[in-house]
Amino acid sequence: MKNILLIIKREYLTRVRKKSFIVMTILGPVLIAAMYGVIIWAAITTINTKKVHIVDESGLFNAKFNSTPEYVYTYQQSSLNSAKALFKKSGWDALVFIPATIYDNPKGVKIFAEKGIPLELQTTIERNIEREMETLKLTEAGITQSVLKDAKMDINSETINLSEQGEKKSSAAAASAIGFFCAFLIYMAVFIYGAQVMRGIMEEKTSRIVEVIISSVRPFQLMIGKIVGVALVGLTQFGLWIVLSLGVFSIGSSFLGDQMSKYSEVSEQQLAQLPPEAQEMAKQQMQTNMSSGALPEIMGALETLPVATIVISFLFYFLGGYLLYSALFGAIGSAVDAETDTQQFMLPITIPIIASFVFAQFVLRDPNGSLAIWLSMIPFTSPIIMMVRIPFGVPIWQIALSISFLIAGFIFTTWLASRIYRVGILMYGKKVTWKEMAKWLFYKG
Amino acid sequence: MPSAHILEAHHIVKHYSAHTALQDVSISIPKGTIFGLLGPNGAGKTSLIRIINQITGPDEGYVLFDGEKLQEKHIAQIGYLPEERGLYKKMKVGEQLLYLAQLKGLSKAEAMDKLRIWFTKFDIKTWWDKNVEDLSKGMQQKIQFVATVLHEPKLIILDEPFSGFDPINANLIKDEILELKEKGSTIIFSTHRMESVEELCDHVALINKSRKVLDGPKDVIKRQFKNNSYTIRFAGTLASHPDFTVQSFTALPEGLSEATLVMPSLDQVKAIQHYLIDHVDLRYFSENIPSMNEIFIRAVQGDNQPQAN
Repeated sequence: MKNILLIIKREYLTRVRKKSFIVMTILGPVLIAAMYGVIIWAAITTINTKKVHIVDESGLFNAKFNSTPEYVYTYQQSSLNSAKALFKKSGWDALVFIPATIYDNPKGVKIFAEKGIPLELQTTIERNIEREMETLKLTEAGITQSVLKDAKMDINSETINLSEQGEKKSSAAAASAIGFFCAFLIYMAVFIYGAQVMRGIMEEKTSRIVEVIISSVRPFQLMIGKIVGVALVGLTQFGLWIVLSLGVFSIGSSFLGDQMSKYSEVSEQQLAQLPPEAQEMAKQQMQTNMSSGALPEIMGALETLPVATIVISFLFYFLGGYLLYSALFGAIGSAVDAETDTQQFMLPITIPIIASFVFAQFVLRDPNGSLAIWLSMIPFTSPIIMMVRIPFGVPIWQIALSISFLIAGFIFTTWLASRIYRVGILMYGKKVTWKEMAKWLFYKG
Repeated sequence: MPSAHILEAHHIVKHYSAHTALQDVSISIPKGTIFGLLGPNGAGKTSLIRIINQITGPDEGYVLFDGEKLQEKHIAQIGYLPEERGLYKKMKVGEQLLYLAQLKGLSKAEAMDKLRIWFTKFDIKTWWDKNVEDLSKGMQQKIQFVATVLHEPKLIILDEPFSGFDPINANLIKDEILELKEKGSTIIFSTHRMESVEELCDHVALINKSRKVLDGPKDVIKRQFKNNSYTIRFAGTLASHPDFTVQSFTALPEGLSEATLVMPSLDQVKAIQHYLIDHVDLRYFSENIPSMNEIFIRAVQGDNQPQAN
């Protein structure tokens, strides 16, 4: 036991003190924050208002298009040719032609532009025309504006969990986001730290220090020491990432908040240049945009999720999944002589991890379906699948069963790995096959 | 109970899937000796060493360490320098030695004290904070030697300890080995360099094709292998004689000659000496003791019968 502790300590300290660890720990959250920062920044700054000129032969659409911060519409009823002639000087980004025959012929609409036009603009215009035509035709059929308004209801449902504690508001979106995020972290962790175990074992084998070490400790102790040591490295790194991310997030969000308000000032200036009626509409549009923002809703829903269960089970499935797979990665590391030989053995191990990540998207759609339940029981997929399910609420007996299978699973893979490991680390200069590895399982100590 | 032998291996059999590495090998290693474990490549030496180190176990047979059945606690009393040297390349020298010493059961403080002595002795104090990969191969070998003997093991197993050393450092290591022996350690010395066996070993055992073919004190084995051949130098003419055959004859400067004589039995040695003194001007008479090199080659090639050469 003393030796295992010594090994754990070495594995932990040598990794944590590495420059690459420190750099990754600091850079990780910064990189992620920077990535989101760039996305948000791009989203904010690329909104430069496009001028769209509508040539409406039919006369049905005058001022019927709602100007938004992105698109400002102007109208004329003259012929298309005169508008085309003006196009170059006008500064219009796009020219929309609605033929007089629009009422009978839906195919006549044309959009002209100097460069390609965004798909979004096309769909916006099409939708606007469709809606207007619909209203028009319904009105003609005798349905009044007020009936129409009444008929258009904006449904925004609230999902509520019925449980013994009573009703709880929940948000499927928040649950999905959290579950998927946790599953993704486990997925990453299995690969990153599993590979570290594999490389560590290969390093010991190829530098031949392993023979010195196992003349002092049992091979099993060395293997377990390494697996546990790397697990602690992983926990440390994740812990630091969480702390640092929260720090970066809180700094970043206050900074972004400033930017946001600047942005709305800017757009108010832009609005002022618009014709009064367009201004009114654009303002309304912006208000609805702001209030229907998904972020505050998710934040609110977070409080309704079983946070304690999520955190505890994340830690458990993180460790369980890592232990299960890192033992197998370790076995591969012990069997090969060089990193290039690992490929053929890696595939069967990575397939279930990748598969469970793919299945996770289906599970999100039906978190309590039979596929979800089965996959969250199988130890090779449960760490990822169960993490996706847990934010939606999973019966405690299922969690307990899944956890006991996972424990049994990693005891099994560790046993398997240790049998391969003790033979593999002393086997040099031999191309190992699956068949051979299977034989090693039954070698006597 | 303590025994006269630090290590006894009894009827060790070890199979690997395709071949037998050791077939009924028994050796006894007396305390305080340097024991040469010899054999061609692939004979089974490494398998035997790994069994002694408890890296693997024998399929049959057993090993006694100082009279007790070999078990985990004996690990701390064995030091092992494998033929394939290896250290953690990216770890600092001092830290690495502390780690290896602690795995052998020393406390950190004990390890520090002992390391200080070795670092002074080898004059390598400045290496403490260097990464192993920044040292030359010979320097790494020295570090590994220190790691092997730091915990003052009763039994030290050295597999090709001189490989990678220049003659000066090889001598340094040789002196260390002799000093360790003096202090009471027993050393198993596995090598292909017969001149160092000649120089250092008290006992030898030779393993060939998974079996032990020779075992015993070095001088006993040498006596066993000698073939009653003598080298003489003389002036004059040597006539032929029924009691010996002249195997080789070389003319030396200043009218001297050198000849190798082989006698059928030891009984005639005295008579022949007299005969030679009477008939030629005898300057030199010496028995040819076979070198370890010869013994090795003869034993491995399967004719370990004393024979004229």
